[in-house]
Amino acid sequence: MHEIFAAGFFSSEPVHTALLVGAVIAITSAVVGVFTVTRGQSFAGHSLADVATTGGSGAFLVGLNQFWGYLAFGAGAAAFMELVGIQRKRGRDVATGVVLGAALGLSALFLYLDTQTSSTTGATVTVMFGSMWEITSSTVPELIVSALLALFTVLALARPLLLSSLSPDIAAARGVPVRLLGAAFLMALAISVALSAVIIGAVLSTALLIGPAATALRIAKGPVKAMVTAAAVGTAATWLGVLLSYDSQNWPPNHGGDWPVSFFVVALVVLAYLITYLRPARVQRTQTDMEHTCSPA
Amino acid sequence: MTQELVYLHDVSVRLGGRQILQDVSLALGEGEFTGLIGPNGAGKTTLLRVILGLQPTTEGTVTRHATVGYVPQKLLIEPDMPLRVKDVVALGIDGQRFGIPLPTRQRRDRVLAMLEAVGADGYKDARVGELSGGEQQRVMIAHALISKPKLLLLDEPLANLDISSAHSIVSLLAKLSRSEQIAILLSAHDMNPLLPVMDSIVYVAAGHVATGTPDEVVQSDVLTRLYGQPVEVIRVRDRVLVVADA
Repeated sequence: MHEIFAAGFFSSEPVHTALLVGAVIAITSAVVGVFTVTRGQSFAGHSLADVATTGGSGAFLVGLNQFWGYLAFGAGAAAFMELVGIQRKRGRDVATGVVLGAALGLSALFLYLDTQTSSTTGATVTVMFGSMWEITSSTVPELIVSALLALFTVLALARPLLLSSLSPDIAAARGVPVRLLGAAFLMALAISVALSAVIIGAVLSTALLIGPAATALRIAKGPVKAMVTAAAVGTAATWLGVLLSYDSQNWPPNHGGDWPVSFFVVALVVLAYLITYLRPARVQRTQTDMEHTCSPA
Repeated sequence: MTQELVYLHDVSVRLGGRQILQDVSLALGEGEFTGLIGPNGAGKTTLLRVILGLQPTTEGTVTRHATVGYVPQKLLIEPDMPLRVKDVVALGIDGQRFGIPLPTRQRRDRVLAMLEAVGADGYKDARVGELSGGEQQRVMIAHALISKPKLLLLDEPLANLDISSAHSIVSLLAKLSRSEQIAILLSAHDMNPLLPVMDSIVYVAAGHVATGTPDEVVQSDVLTRLYGQPVEVIRVRDRVLVVADA
């Protein structure tokens, strides 16, 4: 049997970085994710992640940090989708699909060129599936500042976002600039997706965005509780994923190599979501809530 | 003479080359219960959107002297939307402002009082997406009224409701209108549930309106002029039927 914390876990510099950056990004993704799900923009979120693949592979090609590639392409795609008509439901899916096709074709080219120039397959794996162990300490401040920017943007806009999810017409009638609000949210979403691409990969970043949010929406009824629950699920999955990946260096079949963090994080997120189906129906909760809050009146 | 809250003068709206409203003039007085009646597609929703300032007019002027609450036609809310009934009503206080909706004692009491006033306090912790149509209407009325508007606009609130739910929503609105001195403009394709409570009527057909008391407007000659084709008003057992020639 192995210990729960393999030797050197707490003193390892990459572990510290992974835990810190992982938590900040997991919280941001989870909170942004709650609004992504309630606004019905999960597909847009996933597409931004796919487009980020293009940016990441392009950045690799020209020797830049992949984060800037993810961010530049994600933000660019978000702006394009907004321009083409993300504010209409039908137009939204069509615009998203068009951007998606163009970007994935390009990333196929970039990834091919990456493997030609760097003569390893590392680029493909890093861009697609992330590299929590390869976050250099110099990029940590950039990642954290970007995460906080996205997080605080969404928290500041929380009430108008909820109001426009309830009814865009009511929001507009009360003076909320609904279109501008949507654009601001889409930018926060692009940043959030670029960040989770860094830690679990561009292709999987949707898992950290949608998974914890979807889990939280099944168990927490109010908006604040949903955000807190999603953040807790995302952080727990990320931290456990880091731990399991670190421990897995002692696991068969290949002693000495870590299993990918991304695998563990995504598996844990999915597990959390599935567990919500084991709890009894929501009706029971409603009754206890009502007894609890009606009694003083 | 009551003060006018909203005044429309010769308003016309064209959308994509189609004339939706033409030369519409009307005034809504303080505390009045007005029915906005007309067949589907006549321009009722557009007229409400003009009053709200959501729909720009092609011609004419709109003057508003009142804060306006709005209950839109129907909500498309999934049950997983993390908004409980009390969250929705709290958004009516300051949903347009920055920040996250943190509960305070004072807000909680205000929300609860509003929910009691509309008879929705029994399900204040349920998610709004899980409610029936009639329950959602009550919640959205509470959401609209908590900011104390002088005028409440409701777009087809009785559509898709069973007869007893429709009746109880109408009597709730009539009660609130009298006790709080709120003017109400409610659109409906069937005027019958509103006949006992309406002070006045705005009848829309083919983009034109006729206004006045129900007795003045709901007449064969008035509606024939409005529709531009022969129409007969038939009264049977306290109900009114508007019948067009085949």
